[in-house]
Amino acid sequence: MITVSNLHKYFGKLEVLKGIDMQVKEREVVVIIGASGSGKSTLLRCLNKLEDTTSGEIIIDGIPLNSEANVNAIRREVGMVFQRFNLFPHMTALQNVILAPQIVRNLSKQEAENIGLELLNKVGLGDKVNEYPRRLSGGQQQRVAIARALAMRPKVMLFDEATSALDPEMVGEVLAVMRDLAREGMTMVVVTHEMGFAREVGDRLIFIDEGVIVEEGPPVEVFSNPRNPRTQAFLSKIL
Amino acid sequence: MTIGVINWGLALDSFPVLLQGAKITLQFTVVSVFFGMILGLIFALGRMSKNKIIKFLSAAYIDFFRGTPLLVQIFLIYFGIPQLIPFTLPDNYQYIAGAIALSLNCGAYTAEIFRSGIQSIDYGQAEAARSLGMSHFQSMRYIILPQAFKVVVPPLGNEFIAMLKDSSLLAIIAIEDLMYTGKIIAGRTFQALPIFMMVAVMYLAMTMALSMLVNYTEKRLSKSDNG
Repeated sequence: MITVSNLHKYFGKLEVLKGIDMQVKEREVVVIIGASGSGKSTLLRCLNKLEDTTSGEIIIDGIPLNSEANVNAIRREVGMVFQRFNLFPHMTALQNVILAPQIVRNLSKQEAENIGLELLNKVGLGDKVNEYPRRLSGGQQQRVAIARALAMRPKVMLFDEATSALDPEMVGEVLAVMRDLAREGMTMVVVTHEMGFAREVGDRLIFIDEGVIVEEGPPVEVFSNPRNPRTQAFLSKIL
Repeated sequence: MTIGVINWGLALDSFPVLLQGAKITLQFTVVSVFFGMILGLIFALGRMSKNKIIKFLSAAYIDFFRGTPLLVQIFLIYFGIPQLIPFTLPDNYQYIAGAIALSLNCGAYTAEIFRSGIQSIDYGQAEAARSLGMSHFQSMRYIILPQAFKVVVPPLGNEFIAMLKDSSLLAIIAIEDLMYTGKIIAGRTFQALPIFMMVAVMYLAMTMALSMLVNYTEKRLSKSDNG
């Protein structure tokens, strides 16, 4: 579904991604972990071209990310959930969810609303459809954001530290939604600090340090038996 | 009537004639604010464009019209432009020149207001819109501009009030606005004090009405939640 080869990314003179090679198969849940500044969020943001890449190739669902038209085509198929939710504050929860399907996918308002209501129910917010974001808790906002991304019927979902800005008691409700998605077979790339989630839901764990993939494998294996000393150091600090 | 006797009654007597002038003042304000907003949006987006030429031209326009006196701009367009044009301009060219000068001036200020409004919107909003597959235009149209508009209502209101007052400069090129009408009556009657007091009161009434309208709009907009 996703193929990344020899991806390099500079911010000015600073090289933040130093030749990333990575594949994500259909229905696979890949969890990316690493310290702050390791490049994990940047890598994720490169996957739908929110960051320009310096060199290398990204192919998603057979389409190379190399022209404006392709970028828009790919963004339709790749949903993204942000750390800070980024809901549209001037729209209700339902309006947030149904806008893009209408103007990007050209669905009728009725069709979009059907999808929107179904998704908001699915994330447990069927009673909040007409609320504005500022009247929702962080966890609720993030669940609306997930519904908004899903309303485009994406083939891949990217999660950029989706629970990092949440109060601890709200982390669970968002992780539960993500877990359900994974169970339904959604292809997911998840940048997170939630090691429990990584271990339980992830099919594969990727550890990034200083812009390179240092280690990858099944989460249980990497957690219990990290081979690389940098992985060992990182895990010993957080586990 | 002797000089030195102040005829306050004349202020009231002149009111109907001054009101005709006030109508012209309002018309010029409305026209220049209307075109000023269109120009302002275009040049605000131009100023933020990635295209260097568009960006440069937009910045040049904004800097010129913000950095030179409105009176000079009016003279350039009223007296200057005809020198470039090979045919004779219509007799009422002063109206066209006045409207163009005010609109261009208003557009430059409005462009900066719009730009700061647009840039005040969290960049995450544009990222979220683009990540959903919206084009640049769609994300502006549906996400950024509706939010920016709320931010710019108060400064935009100030700009419109300033425009209404500054339109009095049009009197100098013989447009019969409130200022010009007052000047004519005062010149004929030598009653500058009562007449210009009346003119001032009428400008004040208009700016206060406008400012109330702005406050009302602001309140209505903030009623719909803007997070």
